Amino acid sequence: MSAISLSAGTGSGDSSPQVAAAERTQPRRHHWYRQPALMAGIVIIGLILLAVIAAPLLTHWNPDAQNLNATLSGFSGRHWLGTDQEGRDTFARLLYGGRVDLQVAFIAVLFPFVLGTILGSVAGYFGGWIDILIMRLVDIVVAFPFFVLIIALVFVLGPGERSIYIAITLVGWVSYARIIRGEILVAKRQEYVLAAQSGGLSNLRIMGRHLLPNVITQAIIYAMSDIVQDILAIVTLSYLGLGIQPPTPDWGTMISDGQNFLTTHWQLTTIPGLAVVVTGLGLSLIGDGLADLLRPGQ
Amino acid sequence: MGRMTFVFRRLLLLVPTVLGVTIITFFMIHLIPGDPARTILGIHATPRAIAILHREWGLNRPLASQYWLFMDRLVHGNLGTSLYYGVPVAGLVTSHLPATLWLICYAAVIAIVISVPLAMIAASRKDAVRDHIVRAVPLLGLGMPAFWLALILQTTLALKFRLFPVSGYGTGFVGHLHSMFLPALTVAIALCPVVIRSLRASMLNVLGADFVTTARAKGVPGPRLFVRHVLRNAVIPAVTVLGINIGFLIGGTLIVEQVFQVPGIGQLMINSIFQRDFDVVQAVALVFGIMVVLVNLLTDVAYASLDPRVRFDR
Repeated sequence: MSAISLSAGTGSGDSSPQVAAAERTQPRRHHWYRQPALMAGIVIIGLILLAVIAAPLLTHWNPDAQNLNATLSGFSGRHWLGTDQEGRDTFARLLYGGRVDLQVAFIAVLFPFVLGTILGSVAGYFGGWIDILIMRLVDIVVAFPFFVLIIALVFVLGPGERSIYIAITLVGWVSYARIIRGEILVAKRQEYVLAAQSGGLSNLRIMGRHLLPNVITQAIIYAMSDIVQDILAIVTLSYLGLGIQPPTPDWGTMISDGQNFLTTHWQLTTIPGLAVVVTGLGLSLIGDGLADLLRPGQ
Repeated sequence: MGRMTFVFRRLLLLVPTVLGVTIITFFMIHLIPGDPARTILGIHATPRAIAILHREWGLNRPLASQYWLFMDRLVHGNLGTSLYYGVPVAGLVTSHLPATLWLICYAAVIAIVISVPLAMIAASRKDAVRDHIVRAVPLLGLGMPAFWLALILQTTLALKFRLFPVSGYGTGFVGHLHSMFLPALTVAIALCPVVIRSLRASMLNVLGADFVTTARAKGVPGPRLFVRHVLRNAVIPAVTVLGINIGFLIGGTLIVEQVFQVPGIGQLMINSIFQRDFDVVQAVALVFGIMVVLVNLLTDVAYASLDPRVRFDR
């Protein structure tokens, strides 16, 4: 996480002397480690990532191993968070489920990020009919509520991870395209772009080397809150049986499996739900902190 | 540009968006892997049933002709026939629409009731502890799965404390208010972080305005200043934020209706997914899309008419 915030920080840094001077004189609280929200977010997400990556070291239980002699057992030294209706260890499923959900969410956010950034840059830089065409498409996709279109798309594509990636890409690119287009519209009138243009550089080079590094920050900030949306979409799809398919553990399926035992074994539903909430909180804090850090004027 | 011209231009812009919404819903059938009719009807489908579905959807015609058929049916109010219920989809959707509209309006009201006081507390002293708390706590709501919150509220407030019905829509106005409270609260909690945030920002803007400084200088007491001068001017942006987030609001109702068994179009859509009732899923997606487009239009027009500072020559 810290790597992301640092790279984003250099992305915002312009090489012009005014900006360099502004960076020297900016208040100390704008250092990344002095942002309480960002730090809290990095700690939360860091711990969660560490826990899911080190899952085999933290638990010796196999998340898929059933033990029908030990179903629905409560908290114990043997099974820290108890077992589910099939006798599977809840703690192991929580860790391995988090691994799956976070991995899918982090991959899922990349495709719309890339597609939206490319289309937004093209629309903003070239303008004209291509801009009208892309932005009309954006208006149309935005017309659909996020969850409605995602659920409908996964339904027609068939359940599973591949469909999640396709659906999130088809729906999610629009926000990035809007953000990047808006930024490019402003940035392309700056002297350094005009200088590059009169220097005879190709459009591709101007967009890739000169414009994008200066405008990508906003998209990175947005990506943090977008991952939260994607995690919610993934667990919601899995809850409905359209997302991650059993027996692969995931938080959505765990909530769905546990809901029948909510009055007697509350932990089966509550704990995976809390895991989603805490992850969402951590990522939102990072997003907020990054926004404060990289857009100090606002 | 006058107000009427603005509304007219905005209405004209609606046409390509609505057409686009129909094109996307139309193309959904072509995303189904393999033969859509065979996939929808399952492996035990008879060749005759598949042929009937092919004819009904016009799958053996060229793409343009298929879309023409789709639009021709649409403008005549024909959204197809439900495979599961065996009745026209249009009737199904209209009978399920009131519950969803109820839920959306109820959730919007609850979101405003929760957000306005919290935003006032936060904006009353920028960067104070209470401001940070009001800004941080709603972040919890951002990452909260709606279905999970629904389950938790259902188990605690409905099952344990018996304050509200576990599920259903209720009868009559009071019945709806009572039965739909938990579903509406669930949707509202997801919406609150966004509303609080923008309401706080717009209140801070208003607090910095000259007329507030004048009112302060005149000695208007704090609470009166907030209610008479700040709140009145900050509510318009809040309503706009609700309008802009209508897609989010509607998306939230989908799964909440399913958990609380509210007979709305969201539940209809989820049930139809389980029954592989393609025409219904397609129709509900279309209705949701058009609903969002219309609410966005209304928000734009309402904002333009309510705020005299809005210029019409964008």
